[in-house]
Amino acid sequence: MSGQGSTVERQPWYKEYSELGVSVVLAALGVLVLVDAISMPAIPAQRGIGPDVVPIVVGGALILVAALLARDVLRGGKGEAEGGEDIDLSAPGDWRTVLLLAAAFLANVVLIGPLGFPISGAVLFWGAAYALGSRDFVRDPLVAAGLSLVTYFVFNDLLGVSLPGGPLMGVL
Amino acid sequence: MGSFTSLIDGFGTALTPVNLMYAVIGVLLGTTIGVLPGIGAAMAVALLLPITYGLDPTGAFIMFAGIYYGSMFGGSTTSILLNTPGETSSVVTAMEGNPMAKRGRGSQALAAAAIGHFVGGMIGTLLLVLLAPVVAKLAVGIGAPDFFAIMLLAFISVTSVLGKSRVRGFASLLIGLAIGLIGLDEMTGQQRLTFGSLHLSDGIDVVVVAVALFAVGESLWVAAHLRRIQAEPIPVGRPWLGRGDVRRSWRPWLRGPFIGFPFGAIPAGGAEIPTFLSYVTERRLSKNKDEWGKGAIEGVAGPEATASASASGTLTSMLTLGLPTTATAAVMLAAFQQYGIQPGPLLFERESGLVWALIASLFIALVLLLVLNLPLAPVWAKLLRIPRPYLYAGILFFASVGAYAVSGDVVDLVVLFVIGLIGLAMRRYGLPVLPAVIGVILGPAAEQQLRRALQISDGSVSGLVNSPMSVTVYVLILAILAWPLVRRRARDQASMVGP
Repeated sequence: MSGQGSTVERQPWYKEYSELGVSVVLAALGVLVLVDAISMPAIPAQRGIGPDVVPIVVGGALILVAALLARDVLRGGKGEAEGGEDIDLSAPGDWRTVLLLAAAFLANVVLIGPLGFPISGAVLFWGAAYALGSRDFVRDPLVAAGLSLVTYFVFNDLLGVSLPGGPLMGVL
Repeated sequence: MGSFTSLIDGFGTALTPVNLMYAVIGVLLGTTIGVLPGIGAAMAVALLLPITYGLDPTGAFIMFAGIYYGSMFGGSTTSILLNTPGETSSVVTAMEGNPMAKRGRGSQALAAAAIGHFVGGMIGTLLLVLLAPVVAKLAVGIGAPDFFAIMLLAFISVTSVLGKSRVRGFASLLIGLAIGLIGLDEMTGQQRLTFGSLHLSDGIDVVVVAVALFAVGESLWVAAHLRRIQAEPIPVGRPWLGRGDVRRSWRPWLRGPFIGFPFGAIPAGGAEIPTFLSYVTERRLSKNKDEWGKGAIEGVAGPEATASASASGTLTSMLTLGLPTTATAAVMLAAFQQYGIQPGPLLFERESGLVWALIASLFIALVLLLVLNLPLAPVWAKLLRIPRPYLYAGILFFASVGAYAVSGDVVDLVVLFVIGLIGLAMRRYGLPVLPAVIGVILGPAAEQQLRRALQISDGSVSGLVNSPMSVTVYVLILAILAWPLVRRRARDQASMVGP
C-alpha cells in the first residue's frame, strides 16, 4: 500500500499515480510465479503438459496485465474505490484506524495459543471496537467477554468445532 | 417422474425434527447476518460456514439452504429501510423500496419484498427441480475439453461482463489463479509456490481466501473510510398488504422469476442484470407511471421475485456443472468441497440423497422465511441500529473463528490477514473481488480439465476443440472479448457523423 493519506487540493505525483504500485505488485507476483515454474525439476516425459505450463501462462499474463494497467493509469485511468453502506469516500483515508484494527487482529493471532480463544477473542473484539471509535469502557469489555465466551461454548460444546480453551478454561 | 419421487424422499429427510431444527437455525442466522448492514449474502455464507463443520453433510447443507435464502432476504430489508444495499442484487429494490418507506409505506414494501421472495424462490426452485436432472444428464456426456471451455467462459465473463474496467478484472482473476496454484500439483505431486513451507504445500484453504477477501478486506476498507454519522433506518411496523397493493404486485411477482432464473444460471453477474431488467419491464407495464421514483410497489415486487429466482438458477449451474456464477455460489461450492463432495454432473447420481434433501430444504426454507419473517420484521429493523464499531469488530471476530476452525492452525490466521490486506488494496484501487474468488475456486479445476484433455489428445492442442460444444463456447468467448472493440468502432463512427 503506497501513497494514501490526506487529500490536498493538488496531490504530489506519487499520490496521483499511487495506482502504479498495483502494477508493480502484479508484475512482481508474475515474476515470482514464473521463476517458481521455471525452476521446477523437469518431469520425465509425460503425456500432455506438465505442472509448470499453467503457472508459466499465469505468470506471463500477470506481467502483461501489470503493463496494461500501468498504461491505463498513465493515460489517466483510475480504479474506482469501492463504495458501501458505511463508507464515506469524501473523507480522506483514515489509515490510523486501519493500523489499530490490524493490531487488534494480530493480537488474537499471537495470544490464541498461550492464552486461549476466550481471552484472545475478547481482546480482538474490544481492540477492534476501540479502533473503530467505540469508547464505552464498561460496555465494550463486557460485550467482548460475553461474545467470546458464548462463541467458545457454542463452537466447542454444541457444534463440535474445537477452539483452544487456554488456562482460563482450565480453571473454570 | 423420477425427480419428484426423489424430491419426496428429500422431504422425508429434511422434515425429521433434527433437520427441521437445522433449517430453522439456518433461516434465522442467515436473515440476521443478511440484515446487518454491510454484509452481503456472500460474506454471510462465508462467515457462517464454520458453524456447520461439526455437522454431518446432510445437516450442514440443510442449514446452508436456510442461510442462503435467509441472507438474501435479509439484504432486501436493509435496502428498503436504510437505502444502502448490501449487495448488487438489492440495489434495484432500494430504488423504489426506500422511497416507499420514506412515505410511510415501509410495511407494504417489506411485505411486497417478502412475498416476492417467496414466489420467486418457489418458482425458481421448481424450475431447479425440473431442469437440474436434465442438465446433469446432458452434462454427463460432456468431456474434459468442454469443461475447460466452460470454465474459461466463466473466467472471461466474470471479468468482462461485470465491473467497469476489464484490465482490473483480469488483474483480480490472475491474483486468484496465482493463489490457487499454491500447493502440491494434484497430478504429479510437484510443489508449486510453496517455498519449502509444509503449511503451504497443503494449499490455501478456499474458505480462508473467501473470508479474507470478503470479510477482512471489507472491514479494513470500511475502517479507512468509516462514515462517522451512522445512517438512520426508517422505523417500520408489521408488514402487510392492502387489496390494492396485492392487485398491483401479483403480476410482477409472477413475471420476475422468468427473468431471474435464466440469468442466474449463466455466469453474467447473478442478480444484477435481471433485477434491473425486471425493474425496467415493470416500469414500462405499470399503469401508475407517475409514482415511479417516488415509491412504486411494482418496483419492489418484481425485482425481489427476480433476485430470488436468480438464486435458484445459480444453484442449478452450481449443482449440475460445478460452475459458480456468483460470489455466494462460489462460497457454497467451497462448502461442498470441504466435505469432499464435488458438485457436477455426477452429483445427482453419487449424492442423490443429499442433493434432494438440500433441494427439499430450499422449499422448507422459503416457507419458514415467509412465516417467521413477516412477524419478525420489526425485530430485524432494530438490527440496523447496531453500532458500527461492534458490527465490524464482530465481522473480524467471526472471520478469525472461521479461519481458525478450518484446521485449528494459527498460520491460517496469518494467511487470513495477508489476503485480507490484498482485499483492502483491491477495494482501494477498484479491483473487483469476485474474479479473484472465482479464480481461486475454479482455477485448479480448470487446470485439471485442461491437462486431462491434453493427455487424451497426446499433447495436441486440437484436443481442446474436438467437440461442437467446446467450439461453440470458444466462439462465445471471442464474441465477449471482441464486443468492446466493436462497440468502440460503432461509437467512433457515430461521433464522426455527429456534430
